[in-house]
Amino acid sequence: MSWFEKLMPSRIKTERRTRSVPEGIWLKCNQCGAQLYRAEVERSLFVCPKCAHHMRVGARERLAMFLDPDSEREIGERLAPTDPLKFKDSKRYRDRVTQAQKDTGELDALVSMTGKLKGQPIVACAFEFGFMGGSMGSVVGEKFSRAARYARENRMPLICFSASGGARMQEALFSLMQMAKTSAALAELAEAGIPYVSVLTDPTTGGVSASLAMLGDINIGEPNALIGFAGPRVIEQTVGETLPEGFQRSEFLLEHGALDLIIDRRNLRDEIAALLAKLMKQPRPAD
Amino acid sequence: MDLKFLDFEQPIAELEAKIDELRFVGDDSEVNIGEEIERLKTKSRTLTKSIFSGLKPWQIAQVARHPLRPYTLDYIGAISPDFQELHGDRMYADDPAIVGGLGRLDGRTVMFIGNQKGHDTKERVLRNYGMSKPEGYRKALRLMRMAERFHVPVVTLIDTPGAYPGIGAEERGQSEAIARNLFTMARLRTPIVSAVIGEGGSGGALAIGVADRVLMLEYAVYSVISPEGCASILWKSADKASAAAEAMGMTAERLLELKLIDEIVPEPLGSAHRDPAATAQTLQNALVTHLRELVALSTDELLAQRASRLAAMGAFRDG
Repeated sequence: MSWFEKLMPSRIKTERRTRSVPEGIWLKCNQCGAQLYRAEVERSLFVCPKCAHHMRVGARERLAMFLDPDSEREIGERLAPTDPLKFKDSKRYRDRVTQAQKDTGELDALVSMTGKLKGQPIVACAFEFGFMGGSMGSVVGEKFSRAARYARENRMPLICFSASGGARMQEALFSLMQMAKTSAALAELAEAGIPYVSVLTDPTTGGVSASLAMLGDINIGEPNALIGFAGPRVIEQTVGETLPEGFQRSEFLLEHGALDLIIDRRNLRDEIAALLAKLMKQPRPAD
Repeated sequence: MDLKFLDFEQPIAELEAKIDELRFVGDDSEVNIGEEIERLKTKSRTLTKSIFSGLKPWQIAQVARHPLRPYTLDYIGAISPDFQELHGDRMYADDPAIVGGLGRLDGRTVMFIGNQKGHDTKERVLRNYGMSKPEGYRKALRLMRMAERFHVPVVTLIDTPGAYPGIGAEERGQSEAIARNLFTMARLRTPIVSAVIGEGGSGGALAIGVADRVLMLEYAVYSVISPEGCASILWKSADKASAAAEAMGMTAERLLELKLIDEIVPEPLGSAHRDPAATAQTLQNALVTHLRELVALSTDELLAQRASRLAAMGAFRDG
């Protein structure tokens, strides 16, 4: 920390602010290293104004920047994890959960809301990567499924922003089954003819990538997001060679046909609203 | 050390060796040692029973991976002698780590699909140790769609360490291939029964495991990650695999308690490879029982039951 930063007030308290981006008046882009004025970065939706690096954002920040102001209502906000296996590794699962809840202000790693996008009623979910790596256990599965059901019953499009390392090991087979549960909820949504847009953000891997994140009618990647089934380290160990530059990044996935589009975060609202209006056979949304 | 026996089975191995020795002596000796052999055999059975009744989850995981354990094609061969294998995903390749095709069960046409491991080094390499690539899951998907079209029930046999983590697999969309199978199986308009016959390894297993009924052989395991993988991530040491196997509750007994599977298919004394024919027969009977119940349902009722079964998966608190 520089002498100058030390003089600055260390924290500006914001209610339930998640800490994917550390707080303070200044922050540093972890891609290009530029010192940036926080308010300016917030205005550019946590995209570095210098190098366009997309910083990770928390679930609530994500939904706040995506939905129309003051339009949202949360779905399944009281869902909280239990510990069916009494799981204990080097730490107890219970303690890990308590710590993650304290750190993030969330009960688990997914936030679901219904709200509006340019006036169009939608359902949107976002993963909180700060909560145990955005891992999917029973609560994430249930919250996602409820969001999908709400979307189906109210005939609203569903949008999900994923950011997750995969299934939550501490819930063992329960978490594996969430892959089946969320995919089943999406299959029912598809049968009802409701669009689902999956936005894959950095990082989306493992069981989340191999279920709900890859099942969008439209799959969108944020620029340079890490997206894959196996993590790069596991692949390197398996094949015994260094991975090529850009492997498993959004641009790589687009090139290999896994994504429909890569969209800059600052254009996501416009682009998704335009896509949904076409799929829902509605007039072009106003700017 | 006899490779037919795992380390915790060594007392049994020693007894069996003694029995073999006596038999050898018996062949060219005038002394009648039949009685002694019988006594040792009884002792061996008692010992096997006692060792296998107290197996720890990590030991069960080793039984599930036993190199002599019967694999998918062994069971299909025993259950449906007129099985005809079908190949390829029609897009890229034929993945030998997943097999599938048409057979008969209980007088009914059935689509069999399963992970396939190899019995010797050459076949193990060919089968990629049972680890599928996207083309394998897409072959399975193609066969399931075919089964749906002809209204033929699907039986899947699960036995894989997991989906293959390789460069080509990622390039061809490993995630999408698995996800698409989960999505499709959830609404496939024909009955699906799955049985975990060995290792049920993570998403690679689930990709053919979304079903109306899920059975497990007595010494099979099913988990979100291998005990070694779990240990190296959460304990930062692969040596803690035994503790990880315990913590994850990956055995058939534990998963039945947790209501994550429907039935345990018992194995013969000393596990499946001691008597593959008997194991295949028990498995066949269990599959038939469940299929009879499922084919009696209307397709809408079947799908409604499957949907509520999947929606009920999970343990959480609400408020």
